[in-house]
Amino acid sequence: MGPIDRAAVQSALDRFAGKDVYLHLETTNGAYAARDSENAMAICAYIRNGLVRYQRGVIRGDGPYRVGLKMENGWIYAEGLTDWEVDAEGRLLMAGHDAEGRLAIALELSETPFRM
Amino acid sequence: MERHVLVVYPHPDDETFASGGTIALHTRAGTPVTYLCGTLGQMGRNMGKPFFANRETLPDVREKELRAACAALGIQDLRLLGLRDKTVEFEDREQLADRILAVMKEMRPSLLITYYPGFAVHPDHNALGAAAIRAVEKLPANERPVVHCAAFSRDCREKLGDPDVIIDITSVRDVKMAAIRAHRSQSEAMLARMERDPAFRAQREATLRQEVYWTYRV
Repeated sequence: MGPIDRAAVQSALDRFAGKDVYLHLETTNGAYAARDSENAMAICAYIRNGLVRYQRGVIRGDGPYRVGLKMENGWIYAEGLTDWEVDAEGRLLMAGHDAEGRLAIALELSETPFRM
Repeated sequence: MERHVLVVYPHPDDETFASGGTIALHTRAGTPVTYLCGTLGQMGRNMGKPFFANRETLPDVREKELRAACAALGIQDLRLLGLRDKTVEFEDREQLADRILAVMKEMRPSLLITYYPGFAVHPDHNALGAAAIRAVEKLPANERPVVHCAAFSRDCREKLGDPDVIIDITSVRDVKMAAIRAHRSQSEAMLARMERDPAFRAQREATLRQEVYWTYRV
């Protein structure tokens, strides 16, 4: 993974458009957030291997970046993305890392299911 | 000296951070240690500093790190339960307890080390600790191991009192540090912070001198 190249991510998003694709989307501030700060609560949500199809996928922002995927009946949205790669299996992996290098958000697309 | 120690924790690195010194003392004394590790920490946030793992490579990275840490600690019997990070509390607790029970019947440990249910912050910690204790309950009273629980919630001393088991691990400090370094994806950021933040360093140093437990009365 390396810093997002917006044009390259846009090309990758275009390649998945109009196909059934498996989605991994998550955001988290860590299971210890509530313990380590009086004012915080631990937050995490993820969906793994959601099967989705979008007509239009767009990356915006100057970094960290936002991605919106427009589906026939809804939207998928992610904010805070900093890094990306297309891995050896052709999957588009995007993540947002904080200053400590910890993952705070991930948005991934694949034509085959992600490993469980 | 124990006959056999069974360690039950959900994430690769729990064994090191919570009990690395205790485990090293047991293996040095010649006591066999079996580690039943629940998940591969697939959903961890730490990716190394600078990060070198991603969400999809993390489980393989963490399994390798776990095996290296077990080698450092002298654990020769590592067993993976194959659960998924963050989902342990949603599994069938009786079935999970039965899987732990099967290992206890096989190894007949004299001591079980796990997390104190309700006082270990992460839902996976609390759920696997509860399953391990449920497994002990299923054994006849005269076959039950002693149960030592690690706890670190903000309210653990207020609600449980002071820990009754205090293990001086200074003689195996280097072993615990080696195991911490083996969990590179999880520990690099922490070790970097220890270098620059004296208060944080002092807090972490305490965990290299002493490990504490509460005996769970089943």
